[in-house]
Formats: sequence, C-alpha cells, structure tokens
Amino acid sequence: MATFPANLRYTAEHEWVDDSTPTTVGITDTATEALGDIVYLELPTVGTEIEAGAVIGEVESTKSVSELFSPVSGTVVEVNQAAIDDPALVNSDPYGEGWLFKVQVSAEGELLDAAAYEALAQG
Amino acid sequence: MSNQTPLLEEHLALGASLTDFAGWQMPLRYTSDIAEHTAVREAAGLFDLSHMGEIAVVGPQAAKALDHALVGNLSALAVGRARYTMICQEDGGVIDDLVVYRLAEERFVVVANASNAPEVLSELSQRAEGFTAHVYDMSADTALIAVQGPRALEIVAIVAPGQRPVLEAMPYYAWATVRILGHDMIVSRTGYTGEDGFELYVPNALAVPLWRALLEAGSPLGLVPAGLSARDSLRLEAGMPLYGNELDRTTTPFEAGLGRVVKLDKTDDDGAPLDFVGRAALESRKGAQPARVLVGLQGLGRRAARAGYPVLNGTDAEAVAVGTVTSGVPSPTLGFPIALAYVTPELSGEGTELAVDVRGRAEPFRVVPFPFYRRPKS
Repeated sequence: MATFPANLRYTAEHEWVDDSTPTTVGITDTATEALGDIVYLELPTVGTEIEAGAVIGEVESTKSVSELFSPVSGTVVEVNQAAIDDPALVNSDPYGEGWLFKVQVSAEGELLDAAAYEALAQG
Repeated sequence: MSNQTPLLEEHLALGASLTDFAGWQMPLRYTSDIAEHTAVREAAGLFDLSHMGEIAVVGPQAAKALDHALVGNLSALAVGRARYTMICQEDGGVIDDLVVYRLAEERFVVVANASNAPEVLSELSQRAEGFTAHVYDMSADTALIAVQGPRALEIVAIVAPGQRPVLEAMPYYAWATVRILGHDMIVSRTGYTGEDGFELYVPNALAVPLWRALLEAGSPLGLVPAGLSARDSLRLEAGMPLYGNELDRTTTPFEAGLGRVVKLDKTDDDGAPLDFVGRAALESRKGAQPARVLVGLQGLGRRAARAGYPVLNGTDAEAVAVGTVTSGVPSPTLGFPIALAYVTPELSGEGTELAVDVRGRAEPFRVVPFPFYRRPKS
C-alpha cells in the first residue's frame, strides 16, 4: 500500500523532499510501485546546479523508465552512492535508505503537502 | 469492457498489480518482477494465461483445412504433438503466431494470442470453407495455467499422483491427458520462458482449484506466481518473438528469422505443391534478401533500449538511423541490457557495433546471436 509521510512534501511527479538542510530528495512508494524493480538510477552529480521542474535524471526498472524532475532549485551536495550501486534500496525503503540526493536549496518548486499529494496519487 | 480470467480474484488476493493486456485484466506482477523472473530460472513460476485464445478445428478435413490456412504442414503433425506455426496474409504478412495441438486424427486446437484471437477465428472460419471441417471458439470456456521452471515437473507430478512417468516421458512440444483433481486435463510440455515447463488447459470451473493446488504443491519447492512483466523478460532472454513487437502484418516470417515455419514443400494428395494462403508471396521472399532482419543486441552500458527506439550506426553525432528496437529490457539473468531490433542486413553481422538512441543519447550496443539465454542442459 502506498504511504504518504506527513513530514515530507511532494511533487506531482512523485518526488519527495524533507525539511532538513541540505534537503534530501527521493521518490515516493507510489512511484516505485508503479515502476516495479528499479535496476538503474541516473542522478545529477555533486556540484550540479539544478532547477525546479527540470529533468535531472532517470529511474529505470525492468518494465519501464521514468524521468526524474527536480523538486527544488539549488546545488547538489551529496548523492546516494549506495542507491546507485543497489537500486533495489529505492524499492525497499524509498523514504529512508533509498533517498536519491541532497540539495542546498536556493528556491523551492511547486510542492504539495502529504494530503494534497495523496489526493493526487490516489485520484 | 475489460475481460477477466476465472483467476482474477486469486490474483487480487495474492496482491497482484493488474494491467490491461489486449483487453484483459491480467497480473503484471505480484511482488517483484525480478524475483518472479529469477524464481522461474531457478525453481518455478505459476502463470495465468487464460487470456489466450483456443480455437477448435474439427472434422474429416481438419488437417487439410489447416494446411491451407496456415504456413505449416499440419497433416504431418502426429496425434499427441504440438507445433509452433503462423497464419499469414496473402502478401505473407503475419496475422498471428500460433501453437497448434493435434488432439485426434480429426481434431486440432489452435492457440492464438489474446490480441489476435478474434481475427484468427474469423480467418480460420473463412479459410476452412469448402473443407469438411468445423471451426469454433473455445476461449470463453477454457483457462490456461502454466508451470515453468526447472522444478516444474516435480510440481505438476505432485498434483497428478501416480502420473510422473507420463509427465517425464513427454517430449518438448508434446501433450498428454493427465488426471488431476479427478479430471482429465490436457497437459503439454510447452512454454514461453526458455525453461522446462508445462501448460495445463482446463475448463473455467477447474481453474481456481488447479491454481491453488499447484501453488500449494509448488510453494515449498520455490514456486511463485509470476506476472506478465516476468513473462516478457523471460521470453526476451529466450529470444522468443512477441506478436505486436517482433511480428506484425507488415512482417513476413523470413524477416523475423522464422522462415523455418514456412513449409513450401507441403503437397496435396496428388503430390503437387499445396496452395496455402500466402504461398506465392512467401515463395518469392524465400532466399531473397529482406530489407531488414531481426538481430539480437547487447547493451555495453547500463541504460536499456526499449521498443520503438531508433537503432543508429554509431555513437557519434553523424550517426544515422539503421533500424528500430522491437523489444528491450535490462536482463535480470545476464545483468546487462538486451534487445531485439530490425536493422538493415549489411549491419546484422555478429559483433557489429551499433548504438541505440535512448531518449536522446546514443548508447553503444553490439549485435549478438539470440537466444541470449539458454537453460543449462539437465
């Protein structure tokens, strides 16, 4: 079953961000359940300037591939190498060990709270 | 309106994600595509294939009608055996790929892909006119359950007590009547995964008890229910074509590398060449260089090619399109991307370095023989 942690905020494209500094970015279990087993992650490298709403990577599963959109603008300061090495982490723990990267945020994009995202994802 | 198999409630109870496939609500996966794929390679998987079409062709001239309607030589098919064949248009284009079973001298069952079943039924009915043969659809009453994997024999033998010798003696592409749950069922040694396995044809009413019996018998041996996602990656590793991807009405069996199914040497009662639908077109194609040929591709990077992506003659900026990917997946068994693609014949040689345009970036691929995966000899 899909979950919608209340402490996170979300994009309509199924990314999540937390409220820490730097901000952690991942994808939701709604996304991972739709994708199936993730086998390859292409993520921005440390130092990359990213812009909210832009395509910054991709998430590939056995069945399909999906683009990764940046939820915020800023500079990538850390990338989850463990998830790149073992993308199954994103399936097993999308809100925890399967996080994707961290950003020093300069501006936020359009973010939804948990209730709004749940309504969208369940709709 | 979406069609449902008699096993839909079972799939939902097992937590399946459903997908629409050719108008049917089918299980895409139960838990994990890769776990289901791996279970079939290492132990066994249980598949609901009840969406497939089953069409009976019955009568004194049933064999003759099929010889005329299909590209294969069905008169030569022995009772107890099954054969992979195709039904083509007059111009040689493939309407569907089929498995035909000879149940008795005058009784055949044609198994068609779900998406093509109505068309195959209509074509067979028309093509059988003039023969003393009756064509009718059994699809709505027939469920099909497959057990695939190295432990398939053990598992089917558990639900068919005392009949292990029958199952063991069954050659590949043969069938036998096997008594299971108090009913005689048609069980064939066929499949679409590259593994040993069996397919069980049963009336709808027996589908749920059979499914549950197989799951119960097989679970301790590593059997898991497997969805269409695993089925697709398994068949692709095994180099088997999927209608709609590798085969369609604009493709002849020769371009798909399946010219062997076209039996131009079949003859009528007088020994004259038998005039089957598509013969003239296919005869002229045989031996001629096709404009494109189906090749296997191995990805040298990690990004997978997918159906519809352009094949390029190199990774540099001047590279031009030389073909199209028909199926592609990151191979769970092999650990690298594999794909089938149609390319121009001059670039189809083994070892040719090509590229695939993967969402705007040229990724290197190499032409390799397929099947990509062959099961170890037991």
